[in-house]
Amino acid sequence: MRLELWVNGSAVVSEVEPQELLLDFLRDRLGLTGAKRSCDVQACGVCTVLVDGRPVSSCCFLAADAAGREVLTIEGLAERPEFERLESAFTHHAALQCGFCTPGMLLTVAALLETGELTSVEEIKRGLAGNLCRCTGYRGILEAVCDLAGVTP
Amino acid sequence: MSRIEDVQVGAGAVGQSAPRRDAAEKLRGKAQFAGDIVVPRMLHGKVVRSPHPHARITSIDTSDAEKMPGVVCVLTAADLADLDPYWGHAIRDRPVVAIDRVRFAGEPVAAVAAEDEATAAAALERIVVEYEELDVVGTIEQALAPDAPIVNEGPLRPGLFHGLGELAPAEGNVCYRYRLDRGEIEAVFAHADFVVEGEYTFPAVYQYAMETHTVVAQVEEGEITLWASCQHPFLVRAEIAALFEVPISNVRIVVPYLGGGFGSKSYTKMEPIAVALARKARRPVRIQNRVVESMVTTRRHGMRCRMRTALNREGRLLGREVDCWFDTGAYADNGPRVTATAGDAAPGPYRWAAYRVDAACVYTNTAPAGSYRAFGATHLQWIGELQVDELARCAGLDPLDIRRMNLCTPGEELRAGGKPLDADLIGDVERAAEAVGWGTDKPPGTGRGLSVGLLAAGAHPVSSAIVRMEADGNAVVLVGTTEVGQGARTVFAQIAAEELRLPAERVTVRGTDTRFTPYDRSTGASRSTTVAGLAVKRAAEQVRSQLVEIAGSADVESDSYPELFVRHFGLAGGELIGRGEVAPEGSGSYAEGPVFWEVCVGAAEVTIDEDTGRVRVVKTATVADVGRAINPQLVERQDEGGTLQGLGNALYEEMVFEDGLLLNETLLDYRVPTFEDLPEEMHCIIVENEDGPGPYGAKGCGEGSLAAVTAAVATAVADAGVPMTELPLTPERVWRRIQELKEDEAWPR
Repeated sequence: MRLELWVNGSAVVSEVEPQELLLDFLRDRLGLTGAKRSCDVQACGVCTVLVDGRPVSSCCFLAADAAGREVLTIEGLAERPEFERLESAFTHHAALQCGFCTPGMLLTVAALLETGELTSVEEIKRGLAGNLCRCTGYRGILEAVCDLAGVTP
Repeated sequence: MSRIEDVQVGAGAVGQSAPRRDAAEKLRGKAQFAGDIVVPRMLHGKVVRSPHPHARITSIDTSDAEKMPGVVCVLTAADLADLDPYWGHAIRDRPVVAIDRVRFAGEPVAAVAAEDEATAAAALERIVVEYEELDVVGTIEQALAPDAPIVNEGPLRPGLFHGLGELAPAEGNVCYRYRLDRGEIEAVFAHADFVVEGEYTFPAVYQYAMETHTVVAQVEEGEITLWASCQHPFLVRAEIAALFEVPISNVRIVVPYLGGGFGSKSYTKMEPIAVALARKARRPVRIQNRVVESMVTTRRHGMRCRMRTALNREGRLLGREVDCWFDTGAYADNGPRVTATAGDAAPGPYRWAAYRVDAACVYTNTAPAGSYRAFGATHLQWIGELQVDELARCAGLDPLDIRRMNLCTPGEELRAGGKPLDADLIGDVERAAEAVGWGTDKPPGTGRGLSVGLLAAGAHPVSSAIVRMEADGNAVVLVGTTEVGQGARTVFAQIAAEELRLPAERVTVRGTDTRFTPYDRSTGASRSTTVAGLAVKRAAEQVRSQLVEIAGSADVESDSYPELFVRHFGLAGGELIGRGEVAPEGSGSYAEGPVFWEVCVGAAEVTIDEDTGRVRVVKTATVADVGRAINPQLVERQDEGGTLQGLGNALYEEMVFEDGLLLNETLLDYRVPTFEDLPEEMHCIIVENEDGPGPYGAKGCGEGSLAAVTAAVATAVADAGVPMTELPLTPERVWRRIQELKEDEAWPR
């Protein structure tokens, strides 16, 4: 089937299989490999991308359901002016190790900063509980996000 | 040897929290992992796995699958008749694909290579395998029963990296035994004033590196190339060379960034089947495990343990006896090493009059078990420390005091002929205790616990590094350590920058490609900073001394390096190369090891909800006794990562097998810690006594916190009145224990 959507600000028209997952579409057809595959059951968050500004697990989201919508991946976020703040906070706090969860984590953080719901440590923990990180123990990420959200850790 | 205080401290020099060198690539989604690599003409491989834990294969029909458009080939054992198709670094017991019989549910039986993943997946359904089910050895108890079916008949053959001396003949399903025996154990127990004993259970655990095992294999003109998510590329290279009967130099392993490892990607895993499939397909093939497949590729050993510990009235620990059995699953994987390391950890770092340890590694019809961060120590430390605390209660001693009285001190022998203690454990545990408010009042339902242990670390000390300085004065470090998230490239850049008096940004550290990077034994056992880091330091020192010689001055600074090249080579070219090597001093045998003792010291404060049995970890403290912190921020981050994994091991994580079948095979029902499990207070205390064998007195870290926190949570829960004998401490288990205590009128304490 034919799919038209916006990816990182550009119009994309592509043939897709009806059952094709957004994750496979982004990685295999568009070469946007920043979104990763891990749990396949919407539990880990490494495949997170934004669809119309909201985080979705692209491993459990049909490409076809993104028709006519705006998809933002880490490659697109990294081009935006606000990314510099995210990059600087995550680098300063060493809020990454292996980096596999990092793109999904950053996209979730970017979306939640946009909605303004990260008003306390508890909100941050709750908001990011769907993004697993096995390396960092979350502490560095918490510090970085507190900085970004203006919350005292 | 130059000392840190003698040299100018640059932006990225040793002791500074230099920013990670890989931050920008990883944050921007540009970092390549094995699954992001596309090789021209690459096919996609999928593995047919056994649904049965133990069965005879009566037939395999691949004809339907082979006829499917897009399917290039199907691999079965019949394709490996020209090889000795068994692998395994410790024991060569594991077929590339099952031969006539399957020994665990999930064992590879065949593999498909197809033009795309969907076709490969569809082809799996068309491969018809018929089985005749056999009796299942599902547990350690079943494996040790006198009439138990034998999982691997043997004779067991040592693998290339067995490294544990002569392989004894298998006794039934026991594939390896490790024993320690010191002093007159019976006499010691006969004279003890207090003895505690118990039986304990530790679960199988999934490492959950978020990137699953992923390999791209290419076989061309007698050369085998692998792009692999592996921690030990040089050991994989040797094992693949032996298996496919080619010279070591004809195997090339390229390791991109690893999406976590924690031991799950140590040694060889999916590489043999990927190479076999690529060999048959005559095209490159990628195999990427799903989580359910990685869970049965390797895991942490479940364990049963019987332990007793003796104390006298004066508060002296006298003796300890430990019998433990490790469930290594259907194939040995790293079971023998795990068992030996656990044996070393079992007595704990106390001054014993006698101890006896008998640790056995046992085959069962479950998924093979191997390395996971702090193996051995995590298995045993919580048990030993629970007994120390129970004895302290018997004798009316404070848990901190009993440790002060009995812990070994620096220089004391821990194991006959082995490395003496190289850390101040009493100082370490005092700091951990202080951080969680030891000795201050506790609210009801709250417990505080301490834990002290040691982990034999460093593996085998063989590493090399090369530093190349170009005519512009910038340097490149070639070293075989894999960047698994620990920050090795950042730390190596700092070490080289220090020695070369360069700003760290003028040093580049490349990833591992065995064709170009020199040998590094492995990335694990907390060895990289200590062993490979020392090789990097030595290589950089060599370049520096060449520069000093050319300049004729020991004070030469980096801004004059380019003119030194002109002076030496007669043009703005040439290259200075330094080589650093670390090799065992002495015979290098394991008996003389370890390279260093990794400190596993921690403390925790927990609360217990009496009505639900839920344990909440409020505070943790870990001690990174690292000798010298090359990058303090990265040290803290290592400890924090280990802390959360320790919470997972203590509270949540358990692979549940029933009759050999894994019941919780997704991340929905296998629970790992999330953001919401972050303790309110998490203290990482860095101790720098410059007592390590690595560069600047450094020694490794990152594993100790996992063992320490698992044990500290267990001792804290016991302190709150609920002594447990089985991990994880799920609400159900804790609640049931509280009901038992109530019946015995032992709750509340």
